[in-house]
Amino acid sequence: MKFQIEDVTVYFPYEHIYPEQYEYMVELKRALDARGHCLLEMPTGTGKTVALLSLITSYSLSRAGDRPLKLLYCTRTVHEMEKTLAELRLLLSHIPPDLRRSLLALGLSSRKNLCINPTVLSAASRDSVDSACRRLTASWVRAAAAEDPAVPTCSFFESFDRAASSSNASVMLPPGVYTLQDLRAFGRDKGWCPYFLARQTIRYANIVVYSYQYLLDPKVASIISKEMQRECVVVFDEAHNIDNVCIEALSVSIRRQTLEGATRNLNRMVQEIDRFKATDATRLRTEYNRLVEGLAQRGSLPITDAWLANPALPDDILKEAVPGNIRRAEHFLSVLRRLVQYLKGRLQTENVETEGPVAFVASVNSQAGIDQKMLRFCYDRLHSLLLTLEITDTDEFLHIQTICDFATLIGTYTRGFSIIIEPFDERMPHIPDPVLQLSCHDASLSIKPVFERFQSVVITSGTLSPIDLYPRLLNFNPVISRSFTMSLTRDCICPMVLTRGSDQLPVSTKFDMRSDPGVVRNYGRLLLEMVAAVPDGIVCFFVSYSYMDGIVNSWNEMGILQDVMQHKLVFIETQDVVETTLALDNYRRACDCGRGAVFFSVARGKVAEGIDFDRHYGRLVIMFGVPFQYTLSRILLARLEYLRETFQIKEGDFLTFDALRQAAQCVGRVIRSKADYGMMIFADKRYSRHDKRSKLPGWILSHLHDAHLNLSTDMALHIAREFLRRMAQPYDKAGSGGKKTLLTQEDIERMSGDAMEMF
Amino acid sequence: MAPISMEAKYKTTVKEPGIPGVLKMTEDVFTFTPYDPRSAMKLRVDFRNIKGHKFSKDGSKQALLNLTQDSEKGGGYIFEFNNFTERNDCRDFVGKVLGKFQALVSKQNDQPASEKSAVSHEQLSTIEMEHRMKLLREDSELQKLHKELVIGNVLTESEFWATRKNLLDDDSDRTLKQRTGFKSAMLADIRPSTDGRTNKVTFSLTPEIIHQIFAEKPAVHRAFLNFVPSKMTEKDFWTKYCRAEYLHRTKNSVAAAAEAAEDEELAVFLKHDDILADEARRKIRRVDPTLDMEADLGDDYIHLPDHGILRDGCKEIADSENDLARRTLAQDVNRHAAVVLEGRALDIELGDTRAVAEALARSKQESTADTLDEDSNLERQERVSRMTEIEDLQAPQSLPYAPLCIKDPREYFDSQQVNALKALGGTGAGSKTIDYSLNTEEAYSYLMHQISEVKAQGLHNPIVQSEVACKVLSGLTQQISSTRYHLGKNPQESVLDRLPKRTKDEIMLHWTSIQELLRHFWSSYPITTSYLYNKVLRLKSAMTDIYQKLKAIKDVQSDFRHQISLLVQPMLQALDAAFAHYDAEEHKHSKKNGAKPNGFVQ
Repeated sequence: MKFQIEDVTVYFPYEHIYPEQYEYMVELKRALDARGHCLLEMPTGTGKTVALLSLITSYSLSRAGDRPLKLLYCTRTVHEMEKTLAELRLLLSHIPPDLRRSLLALGLSSRKNLCINPTVLSAASRDSVDSACRRLTASWVRAAAAEDPAVPTCSFFESFDRAASSSNASVMLPPGVYTLQDLRAFGRDKGWCPYFLARQTIRYANIVVYSYQYLLDPKVASIISKEMQRECVVVFDEAHNIDNVCIEALSVSIRRQTLEGATRNLNRMVQEIDRFKATDATRLRTEYNRLVEGLAQRGSLPITDAWLANPALPDDILKEAVPGNIRRAEHFLSVLRRLVQYLKGRLQTENVETEGPVAFVASVNSQAGIDQKMLRFCYDRLHSLLLTLEITDTDEFLHIQTICDFATLIGTYTRGFSIIIEPFDERMPHIPDPVLQLSCHDASLSIKPVFERFQSVVITSGTLSPIDLYPRLLNFNPVISRSFTMSLTRDCICPMVLTRGSDQLPVSTKFDMRSDPGVVRNYGRLLLEMVAAVPDGIVCFFVSYSYMDGIVNSWNEMGILQDVMQHKLVFIETQDVVETTLALDNYRRACDCGRGAVFFSVARGKVAEGIDFDRHYGRLVIMFGVPFQYTLSRILLARLEYLRETFQIKEGDFLTFDALRQAAQCVGRVIRSKADYGMMIFADKRYSRHDKRSKLPGWILSHLHDAHLNLSTDMALHIAREFLRRMAQPYDKAGSGGKKTLLTQEDIERMSGDAMEMF
Repeated sequence: MAPISMEAKYKTTVKEPGIPGVLKMTEDVFTFTPYDPRSAMKLRVDFRNIKGHKFSKDGSKQALLNLTQDSEKGGGYIFEFNNFTERNDCRDFVGKVLGKFQALVSKQNDQPASEKSAVSHEQLSTIEMEHRMKLLREDSELQKLHKELVIGNVLTESEFWATRKNLLDDDSDRTLKQRTGFKSAMLADIRPSTDGRTNKVTFSLTPEIIHQIFAEKPAVHRAFLNFVPSKMTEKDFWTKYCRAEYLHRTKNSVAAAAEAAEDEELAVFLKHDDILADEARRKIRRVDPTLDMEADLGDDYIHLPDHGILRDGCKEIADSENDLARRTLAQDVNRHAAVVLEGRALDIELGDTRAVAEALARSKQESTADTLDEDSNLERQERVSRMTEIEDLQAPQSLPYAPLCIKDPREYFDSQQVNALKALGGTGAGSKTIDYSLNTEEAYSYLMHQISEVKAQGLHNPIVQSEVACKVLSGLTQQISSTRYHLGKNPQESVLDRLPKRTKDEIMLHWTSIQELLRHFWSSYPITTSYLYNKVLRLKSAMTDIYQKLKAIKDVQSDFRHQISLLVQPMLQALDAAFAHYDAEEHKHSKKNGAKPNGFVQ
């Protein structure tokens, strides 16, 4: 359908539209008009993504001036990227062909997901794929190959390079929507390297879908997103965890293995330097001269030589020459050796130590004789040296890179970070495993350049409650910040708070109660009753992997697991991603064929992050316990302290907020559309308390009746049966009476007509 | 059937301990010889004297088999067996023998002395017999009819079934189709049992469990194929397996490592399953991209080692020092569910472990043959786009549907009738009969026209407009249902239901038997053999009986006399017609063979 929002013609790929989608688009359009940032919370299952895509695409089509608006759509995971691109493809098929011809959308991922060279692909991990690629495509390798045909190169890259230099790069990829699979197929077809094709094409594409890190992590962003223009709309979808992503992007940890690896790397570099001295001494001299001239970066590198950039943010990097005492390669290496030695000494501590960056730098200076400025240039110096030494197997040199990352970060920032040294893991005190962690506490640091560089940044998710907290955490001023509710034809979600088990004793995952066999049994009974009553798929979320392992083992011993299996197949998320993916695939198949299945998952795990359990894939979600973070973690404590000092956010409030957004995120995955339905059980007595419950998003709270706040297993079962019976009835899709829940084209036209009259 | 002999205890009542001995069964006799030669309890009983057999449930306290002599008196021979499998063998044997005897007996009943020559030599297999019995058991109407006509010597068994061939064929097909899948229970997760006194633990494996182990643990399967019987016996193999399982259960990784180092065969069970890993790698490429979390791995740079926050409590570090796999329960559960979902591909009898293992290997080879290609990619893409669509924002799609299959037409039409009545506002079955009758020429020309049209245009799809088809279907349904319905369901509408239940049942019964008899009667003409002649005679006498009975019903003075006579009249007329035909034939016959003295004249 096609309609007008003020002066923009919006193309929408369906015949009907939800009223909240319409409102969402109106708000979004105002934010775009104002060229400001916005924060929008809209319930899951109301078609957020398609509304977003359709408005922004239509907006940029209507403003097709000299510099068209570009959309950078950030997803958290690759599979969400695939989903977004699929929606985009649907949208594009509803846009008139003459307009469609100007649209190019593509997804971008790492080499591992895009490479088609069989020899490179055979490498196991992502880093070895990267370095295998580099081994074939680095500029000096290609230069060598030009002289000696025996040097292997990548034929896909070579033909891409020829094509790119001969033709206009902006027309290499015809308009359309390209998923990773499509890019690979296109690359295979043409014989071009899909990775570099995509890297090059994102400059010309109208819509780019990629991972958060490509914008937030300075190491990646300054390579990939460097050339994006200001006229961009950046969308962070499912952004409720964005603060954690920002923090992780600037955190580094160093373990004993890292230091050992770094020592090995240093030895290898010494050998290389000696070799070069013997054969090609001029190289090192030219590098020195370059550094004297103040060019840490060699200007624009060939696309294949670029690797992870400086971990500090671009604005914070000094535009100065590298200090004189690390310009010579040997000197720099001895500085690194001293640093590694110093860190080794620090790791040998018996006690937990917490320090600020300033104190740490001071102690490095006094004990190892490395000042702040040297630390700050470590990364760039290393980068330059590795290029000079023509090192291609970068995966071998990750350890020394980590050390230099760390050095640059502590040399650059004086606040918002802390350094925590732990001799062992809190939960396994008998196993010595010292670790030095540089943890960032300030989420606003890494997202700041994004807010500054781009015209509009949209942060949206199903759970952004309380919505006023995010601007504080991320330190920005949204022009629009709004939370939408859901207009429903029928009560298609049924949240319940279960506080007592079948024996009327309270259930909770509180630390002192969680291992109580009574609680374990009550949770098991709850699952067993539900499995017998609810059709198709059921998803269970636990508070952590260790808790899930424990409770599943106890259920196995008690025979509850076997009873559950009588009704449904059981699948469990594990730490192994491959296994989990296959389990999910099987889970879907079991639901598809009518067999029914239960999926056990973890609240902060990978599955909770991005997998939908809509329609028959999830008729019921049980959240066993409140997914608090591990509160004894030093990093968390340090962060809480920082939040209290800087933003005056109380520790308890933040912890509850964080736990409840995770819980809401988990249960919110059951609904896809208004025709869908699902139940949510919060199984913990603590959910009945007002301070916890009120942190849930409004669209869940509005369906949480007072009668459902303090249930026992049998009552919950009764409510579930009633609910399922009610949902099985046919219903009126469009909504009857005064409130319409589904709008047609005419409705929209009438609405916009009314709005016009009002002005 | 080969005779079997089993160790058993003979007892006269269930309670008493019983006398140990050997029970030996052949095709017509069973003997019991006590171990104690002095005992007087030697038995030798002919199976002909046994009327039935009873047995205790599997898993109950004792494995009992009771061969009853007389169903009324209840006396019999009770045997207790050592376990249920032995008992079940004997039970099945007895069942077969008794079935055969019963078949013989009923056959003898079927064959009145006069007509041994014609059809009676039909040999029935026991399966067929059982099948017929099952049909009779399931359908009470049929059973009644069978009882009246066959047991009452009006029709022979074969004549009775000859008209119901479709029933027999149809069902025998269906029984073959159903294949059982894997059990949902995790059988492969065998638990040891201890006797509590010694340190011995016992594992018990059944063919079902072994099959599941093979399916879920390809490494064990491969090891079995490699080792048995060349390297070790099957028993040794399973002992080793159980030993490994026990080590795994006790979670004593040090002991496990020690044992594995010593015994390389044992290590196979404890090591990481490389076949599974391979399979996972293959399957991951076919997974739905919207759940492919593997693609995600390492897409963001946080997954670089030592980047991001390491120890914040939600990530747990797995220690990978031990190369003996730390197989977790979660993995087992996932694997089990995947295997159950795949279903059982084997069609062979469980029991012979070697055969099962080989069949499994074959079926695996077949399944690995198919490879990934662009088609599957397209299909994946389609699936993704289907997943992303919001269903209620767009017009409903035409979904693929399963063809309608009505198991019990009567029930279906009755339920439809209720709907139809509702739709008509309770005005009764107001279905109009439409005159669809065409004369032959019209029909022919219409058909020709249709055919030529198809020839010219080809079949267009849909052949019939869906609305029209729907209308016709609902019209037909209503019509059929209303007629069937009036046969005696609706208390307001049907005449029958206003009659007392006994009378109604009687009339219904007579009605069905008249139908059956008339069908046989008319199909016997023209009479060509003496067998048919005899049959007609029998039929006629049966019909006369019923005729009398109907007359009697009709003449009973009651409030419903009028309705009854209305109902009975058509039946009587049908019978009259048959009699008239019989008389006419008879007359013709006697005229033709006037000289021949015969006793057929009534």
